[in-house]
Amino acid sequence: MTMLSASAPLSADDLKSRAEGMFRTKRLWSFGLPALVLAYLVYAFFAFDVPGLIDRARPENGAILVRDTYSYKTHVERDNRTGEITFAIEGERKGEYPEGTYPDWVSVDGDVTTVTLPKGHEVRYYPDHVEYDVPGYGTISAKSEGRGVEATYPDGPMPDFISAARNRVMVTTDAGRVTITRNRTEVFRYAMGWELFFFTLDSPYHGMAPGALLSRATSGEAGEIWDDFWHNEMWRHSDVAWAIVETVLMAFLGTFGAAIVALPLAFLAARNFTPLVVVRQLCRRIFDLCRGVDALIWTIVLARAFGPGPLTGSLAILLTDTGSFGKMFSEALENVDEKQIEGVRSTGARAVQRYRFGVIPQVTPVLLSQVLYFFESNTRSATVIGAITGGGIGLMLTQAMITQKDWEEVTYYIILIVLVVMLMDWLSGILRRRLISGGGEGGH
Amino acid sequence: MADQTAAPAYGSATAHIRESYIAQTRRKRIYGAVLLAIFVALMAGGFITADERNAGGFWEGLHQIFDFPAAVLSEAGEKIGRLPENLLEYLPALIETINIAAVATLVGAFGGAVLSMLSTRGMALWPRLIPLWRRMMDIMRAIPEIVIALILIFVLGGGPVPAMIAIAFHTVGALGKLFSEVNENASLKPVDGLASVGATWTQRMLLGVVPQVAPNWLSYALLRFEINIRASAILGFVGAGGIGYELKNAMAWGVGRYDQAAAIFLLLFITIVAVDQIGSALRDRLTHGSRKDLLA
Repeated sequence: MTMLSASAPLSADDLKSRAEGMFRTKRLWSFGLPALVLAYLVYAFFAFDVPGLIDRARPENGAILVRDTYSYKTHVERDNRTGEITFAIEGERKGEYPEGTYPDWVSVDGDVTTVTLPKGHEVRYYPDHVEYDVPGYGTISAKSEGRGVEATYPDGPMPDFISAARNRVMVTTDAGRVTITRNRTEVFRYAMGWELFFFTLDSPYHGMAPGALLSRATSGEAGEIWDDFWHNEMWRHSDVAWAIVETVLMAFLGTFGAAIVALPLAFLAARNFTPLVVVRQLCRRIFDLCRGVDALIWTIVLARAFGPGPLTGSLAILLTDTGSFGKMFSEALENVDEKQIEGVRSTGARAVQRYRFGVIPQVTPVLLSQVLYFFESNTRSATVIGAITGGGIGLMLTQAMITQKDWEEVTYYIILIVLVVMLMDWLSGILRRRLISGGGEGGH
Repeated sequence: MADQTAAPAYGSATAHIRESYIAQTRRKRIYGAVLLAIFVALMAGGFITADERNAGGFWEGLHQIFDFPAAVLSEAGEKIGRLPENLLEYLPALIETINIAAVATLVGAFGGAVLSMLSTRGMALWPRLIPLWRRMMDIMRAIPEIVIALILIFVLGGGPVPAMIAIAFHTVGALGKLFSEVNENASLKPVDGLASVGATWTQRMLLGVVPQVAPNWLSYALLRFEINIRASAILGFVGAGGIGYELKNAMAWGVGRYDQAAAIFLLLFITIVAVDQIGSALRDRLTHGSRKDLLA
């Protein structure tokens, strides 16, 4: 704020008017800038059609999502034509209970199958109809008739947890959900946790306590136990692990490959190493091109040549980062201390030796720390690129999201991604700190 | 490095120093060689694995690498007359992409600024909560944008807002960390001075800290804006509107629409390069340029 003008003596009035002018501009800035930002946000509010969005939003989807992340549902489904009842976790074939077995909250008494839901709710399947006891409301009875569903409700006005149409009756309470259509009657029963996370129902180890499992493992079954867990069809742990490895691999190959490509080019683009303007400009334009053509475009172009997969992703990262590294490296090289090179030169070193002993030791810590920083952030980018090019955890994530039913798997993937990214962050942080403080001279 | 005060056996001491120096160098070289070998093995192994798991191989694909750009360029070349029309057609989508990035950067910078002040020692409103805010920023940074975008698209439906929120969320974490690093170097004297006259926390931060750190904050925010434009284009590709979405559609049509794909490529390229150049010029001025601009 101190604008020293040691020139001609200024009159007090002059100073005063100048100070006032400065305050005016400052005030204008401090009010004008927020006003401008606000105006822009208002424009964006309408450009993004936020009012329309609020209309179109489906909060119930959000509720499903949140509920799925910490709970699972078991479907009890009756085919109304054959009368056959199946029990399946998440309604998936892979989670089906084997023939003749059922969860312990179901009881079968002759023709009548009773499904006990929490909070005193109960659904009974009779051969020709279904009854649902809702405490505090009464019993709903429904049967499939001709082309639709015929249901009888307790007297009184229709409560809003029932949605009844001619061919479909749906009762959604906080204890579960019952859907009756002409062809099938379905009950969803929710429970906490991620069911079948370790073992599917067909595995002999399902439902075993950790202690019992451990004793089995020590008595020579560790291989089978691991196998059943690793090839769990519901959660596909081995595929997920591979996808994570692919994602990290994309980031690793891309980042370090880019560093290897960019280093020699950076020498060519640095003012103090390449006196030739043409070469320097050429290299810089190559860097600009690599960076300017974004990873998105590189991914699309490369996917055409190499097909989907981790290689395409890593090449896309490699190309984009060659541009970024080239620019950053050449800037670092331009700031190199000439004295050390001079010293090495005085011992009669040749050009290559001067670079090796005079330049590389100076810049290694800086460059490596930049590379490590990029490695960490590229782990995240690799997830996104994977979703486009079809490789790694990004692909699994988008697939699970597009089917819009396996939200617990989506949660599982998200947790894994976040853990991996944080691990990379932590690792590269440690390495960077070690590079900057102490041990800085350790290069290869 | 070694203790050289012992003068008597001078010759043997230098020999000793020399020996230990050579041994040290040798050890260092061996470490270096081992590290290098591990690194080369990892790169080679990684490349082979990636190559195996890719749909098309590296060597088979290498000579086709220019096929697609050539196809796009030749088709765009044939319909060169339609280029201005195409560019104009996709301009609104481009503006949407830029808007997403801009709003996300503004919101993210605001959130990041607040979080950074809450998590800097000496400035924090609740010093005990510093670790909490830090961990929160770590998590915000760790979640890839695409995850949040896809979840929000499921809940809110497609469009620019999910992408904007997703990018803003990430930006809060990223800028928060950078901002708090800037804050650590800020002098706390103005803050103390303001505190002594009874200023509230908001006043202390706005009048005592912000003027000191604003240039560096702005420079980081500009850098983030560049990154966010790329992110917003990519998120469009997975369904969040903007130019990425148009690009996906043009690509899905394939041959016959390549002139449009070329126009989109061109728009995106120009935008990224322009923002990059303008941004770096501005940042340069902010960090070491004319000092009178700092008052802004």
